[in-house]
Amino acid sequence: MTDIPRSQEVASVDSPALVKPRRKVRARATKAMIDRYKWYEVAALYAGIAVFLFFVLAPFIEGFLVSLKPLAQLFSTPYSFIPKNGSFDAYITMWTSVPALGIHIFNSFFISTVVTLIVVAIVVPAAYAFARFSFSGSGLLLGMFLAVNMFSGAVLLIPLFRLMRTLGLLNTYWAMIVPGAAFLIPSSIWLLRTYMLRIPRELDEAAWVDGASRLYTLRRVILPLAMPGIVVVAIMTFIGAYAQQFIFALTFNSKTEFMPLPIGLFAFFGKQEVIWNELMAASFVGILPVMIVIVFLQRYLVAGLTAGAIKQ
Amino acid sequence: MTSSRNATLFAIALLAPAVLYILTIVAYPLFDTVVLSFTNAALRPDYDFVGWANYQRIFGAGNFTEVIIRTFVWTFFSVSMKMVIGMFGAVLLNAAIPGQTVFRILTMPPWIVPMAIGIFMWGWMYNGQFGMISGLLQNFGIISKPWPILAQGNSAFWATIVTDVWIGVPMVTIYFLAAMQSIPRDLHEAAWADGAGRFYRFRRITLPLMVPAIITMSLLSLIATFNSFDIIWILTQGGPSGQTTTMIIDTYKTAIGSRKYGEGAARAVVISLFVTAFCIVYFRAVRRLSQGEAK
Repeated sequence: MTDIPRSQEVASVDSPALVKPRRKVRARATKAMIDRYKWYEVAALYAGIAVFLFFVLAPFIEGFLVSLKPLAQLFSTPYSFIPKNGSFDAYITMWTSVPALGIHIFNSFFISTVVTLIVVAIVVPAAYAFARFSFSGSGLLLGMFLAVNMFSGAVLLIPLFRLMRTLGLLNTYWAMIVPGAAFLIPSSIWLLRTYMLRIPRELDEAAWVDGASRLYTLRRVILPLAMPGIVVVAIMTFIGAYAQQFIFALTFNSKTEFMPLPIGLFAFFGKQEVIWNELMAASFVGILPVMIVIVFLQRYLVAGLTAGAIKQ
Repeated sequence: MTSSRNATLFAIALLAPAVLYILTIVAYPLFDTVVLSFTNAALRPDYDFVGWANYQRIFGAGNFTEVIIRTFVWTFFSVSMKMVIGMFGAVLLNAAIPGQTVFRILTMPPWIVPMAIGIFMWGWMYNGQFGMISGLLQNFGIISKPWPILAQGNSAFWATIVTDVWIGVPMVTIYFLAAMQSIPRDLHEAAWADGAGRFYRFRRITLPLMVPAIITMSLLSLIATFNSFDIIWILTQGGPSGQTTTMIIDTYKTAIGSRKYGEGAARAVVISLFVTAFCIVYFRAVRRLSQGEAK
C-alpha cells in the first residue's frame, strides 16, 4: 500500500521533468528549422545589414577619420578616405581653439540633468494619478498631453521668447531648461502610466486597508515597485534632453558661458574657415557619453521606446 | 476608494504640477500665437491689432503657397523613405543570425546622439570641395568636378531629406522590429509547416499584421518631420535662394530673423492648423486600430 502512492508520487514528479525537456528540444528543433537559412540567404542578409549599417554609421566613421586627419590633408584633393599620418592632435588642440569647450560640455550635462530631475518630479505623481484614479475628463486630459507632443517648440518660439523675456529668463540656463522639459513631460507621462498600470491595484488596496494614507501608499508601495519604470523614464528624458539641445539654446541664450555643446560647436561651424578636424574631434567627445549609455543600457532603451510609442 | 471625493482631490493635487507646467509653457504660448497673429507686434513692446492683415500679406505674397507645397513634398519623401528603410532594417535585424544584438545596438546612434552633432557630420560629407560624397564620386570617376551639394537648390533639397531620414530611421526600425516580434510565432510556424516560403510569409503574415504599427509610425513620423527644424537650419538655413525653406524655417526667419512677430505668428498659426489636422487623423487612427484589436 505504501509503495503505490510512492510510485505514483515518483511518476508525477518525474513525468513533467521527463516531458518538459523533450518538449523544449522539439520546440528548439522547430525554431532551428524555421530559422535555418541557406548559405546564399545568410550572405544576402549580411550584405543587407552591411548596406543598412553603412548608411547609419557612415557619418560617424567619416567624422572619426576626419578628426584624425591633419588639416592640410583634409583640404587637399584628390579625396582620400583613410587618413595619412593620422594623429590625435585635434583632440588636444581643440581645447585651445575653443576655450569654452569644457564649459559647453558641462552645460550640456547640467541642462540635461536638471531637465531630467524636473521631468521625473512632475511625471511620477501625474502618471500615478492617470494610472489609478478615474475622474471625469481623465481620458481627455491624457489625450491633451499627447497632443502637446505633436507641437514642436519651433512653432511656439515667438510667444515663448516673449514669455522668457517677461519672466526674465532670457540668457540664463532656465531659458533652455524650462521649455526643454515641457516638451519631454507628455511622452514620459504616457510611458510611466503604462508601467504603473501593470502594478496590481490590490497592493494599493491592501495598504489602504492597513490604514496607510494615499501619499504614504504612493511613497512606500508604488514608488519602490515603479522604480524600474522611473529609471527608464529618467534615461529616456536625459537622452532626449541631451539630443535636442538646439533651437531653444539658439534663440533664448546668447551668452557663451551658458551655451550647451551643440550651440558652442554651431558657432564654430559658422566660421569662415571651419577647422573640421577639431570640430569632429569635439563632436566625438560630446558623443562619447551617449555611446557608452547605448552599450550599457541598450535593453532599457528598447523597452522605453516600444512602451513610449503609444499603444492605447 | 477611487470614487470618493477625497480621491479626486488627491488626483488633482498629483496632476496639478504637470497641468500647470504645460498650460504655462505650451497652452498659453499657443493661445498667444493666435492673438499675436492679428497684431503688428515687433521688437518694441506695444502693438496694435490689425485684423487679418498678416494673413492677407502672407497669402498675397505668393511664395507662401510655394513654401507650403515644398514642405509637403519634403515631408512626403522623408516619411516614405523612413518607412521603407525602417522596414528593410527591421526585417534584417529580425533574422536569427549571429551578431543580431550587436547590429541592433549599432542601429541606434543617429537617434541617440545630439542631433546637431550628427548634422555637423553630414555637413562635412556634403562639402563640395573636400567632402566624402563628392570626393568618392570623383575618385570613382562618376563625376568629373567637385559637386557642391548644399550650394545647388535641387541637391540641397534632397540632401536635407537624406539627413532627416538618417536621423529618423533608427526609431522606425526599432519600433517595427518590436512590432514584428510581437507577431505570434505559431502563425509563422503553421504557415511554414504548410510549406510557405519566407517571402510569402512576409507578405501574407508579417505585413498585414504590421499595418497598425505602420500607420501609427507614419503618422507620428509625419508630425515630427513636418516640424523638423534643426537639420535644414544647420545645413542650409533654408537656402540656396529659399530652395530648402520649409514652413518652420520660413516662420523662424520671419519671426526671429526679421523680428516680425505678428507676421511670424500668422505663419505659425498656419503650421499649427496643419499639425492639428494631423493630430486628429492620428487620434482617430489610434482609436480605430485599438477597437479593431478589441474585436
